[in-house]
Amino acid sequence: MGLPNASGDLSTEVEVDAFRRLFPLRFYEKHLLESIRPDARSLGRARETTIALGAVASANGSALAKIGSTTMLAAIKMEVMTPSLETPDEGCIAIDFHMPPICSPIVRPGRPAEGAPVVAKQLSDTILSSGMINLKELSLDIYCLDADGALFDTALLSAVAAFSHLEIPVVSLNDDGKIVLSEEQGLSDREPVNKEKRKINLSSVPFSLTCVLHKNYILADPTAEEESIMDTIVTVVLDSSSQLVSLHKPGGTVLAYTSAIQDCIALTRQRVKELQKILEEGISGMEVD
Amino acid sequence: MEVDREDGRSQNQLRPLACSRNILHRAHGSASWSQGDTKVLAAVYGPKAGTKKNENPEKACIEVIWKPKTGQIGKPEKEYEMILKRTLESVCILTVNPNTTTSIIVQVVNDDGALLPSAINAACMALVDAGIPMKHLAVAICCCVAKSGYVILDPTKLEEQQKMKAFAYLVFPNSVHSVLPEGSLRVEGEPIENGIITSVTHGIMSVDDYFYCLERGRAASVKLSDFLRRNLQQQSTDSSKAG
Repeated sequence: MGLPNASGDLSTEVEVDAFRRLFPLRFYEKHLLESIRPDARSLGRARETTIALGAVASANGSALAKIGSTTMLAAIKMEVMTPSLETPDEGCIAIDFHMPPICSPIVRPGRPAEGAPVVAKQLSDTILSSGMINLKELSLDIYCLDADGALFDTALLSAVAAFSHLEIPVVSLNDDGKIVLSEEQGLSDREPVNKEKRKINLSSVPFSLTCVLHKNYILADPTAEEESIMDTIVTVVLDSSSQLVSLHKPGGTVLAYTSAIQDCIALTRQRVKELQKILEEGISGMEVD
Repeated sequence: MEVDREDGRSQNQLRPLACSRNILHRAHGSASWSQGDTKVLAAVYGPKAGTKKNENPEKACIEVIWKPKTGQIGKPEKEYEMILKRTLESVCILTVNPNTTTSIIVQVVNDDGALLPSAINAACMALVDAGIPMKHLAVAICCCVAKSGYVILDPTKLEEQQKMKAFAYLVFPNSVHSVLPEGSLRVEGEPIENGIITSVTHGIMSVDDYFYCLERGRAASVKLSDFLRRNLQQQSTDSSKAG
């Protein structure tokens, strides 16, 4: 370790890893000048995304989504219920987002993570307001297995994938006049209400992209390190008909001008196309099985 | 296009605003903000020594506690706290008092629509009352897109729930009165007050509707900035007369 030179710049004397820890912002700015990021992505490119449907066999619908290292597991359980008097043909949906200690060193057992209720609320607002599903009784659980930035994007993707994998089970009326799941009661001699398992209908599926704003740069799909250094985060959710479901920018040092917003929306449009393709590949992969 | 609103307001008309500062004597700063029937009380305690565990000790830290009118604290309150915290962190100059915590407590007195913008405005005024150093004020406004496509400002709760298909809470910096020539304060060719500090949307709207909301929001934020300026200048001259 040498002494800093006249301009106070330690970069020539210090190793890359140490510089990254000591001066994270300057480390990133050196990369941004060359329009590249430390993991060799260009500024507008998202990390590699994969979806695996049917990850949980005991749930009615499930999916595992990975964006880079961020991993989310979504599982849907359906239950038969009596609807409320005010909305007799709708059910209800309960969305729960968990961040267990496995996902990140900053989450301690016993203390819920700070970001978790916020992501949960954003997720339930987005799913309910996007009009993606007609409601039956649904309980959606999302577990974060690895938190490496862009939590909302991955959670939404896993939820959407789980919904597209969801199959409504066969139900029938039992003696008391209640509807029950056919397999449970072994009432195979009863006339089932719906003949076979059917897929749920999804209209206008929402997809999202999180971007980080720093001075004049827009970085798409940040990692956890990028999110912690640059604090201005914008999440844009578009649905398949290019309607804006949500534009979430909670404060941040950088003010967003109209041009920055338009760039973020354009990046999100591109991302929606990529994600739609990945989801369709995942679904067609399942159907072949 | 003439739009019928229940209380007879026009599309771009805000409800009557009222703001008073220094209403709580134990708090370091306090303010009450009301837009029509929506009323929010904010109190500021700080700066106090020490920051919380995960926060950066080289900067001041802001902690927000949101108290709803009734009921227990749940996820919506946590989300409001997070949005308020991030918004106020971007407005305050955090490097002046490092390793300190400023607590802002927001108490909802009545919720009649546009609750989060009222809370942001109240919190900002309370910070001014407490003398916390800030870069500029945060001026918050709520814009709604109706099912038939028109945009109205500052909806009441009835309008929010029944008529609107989507709404957006927008926060802008306050408008600048400057002695410098026009061109010097522009960033990327746009004046500073056009930048968005915070934007939270609910419901589906088209992208063009959103940009239209932004325009309307900016125009309204100029009016709100003027109201804030008059209010702050008037109260400071009153206290100088008393003292």
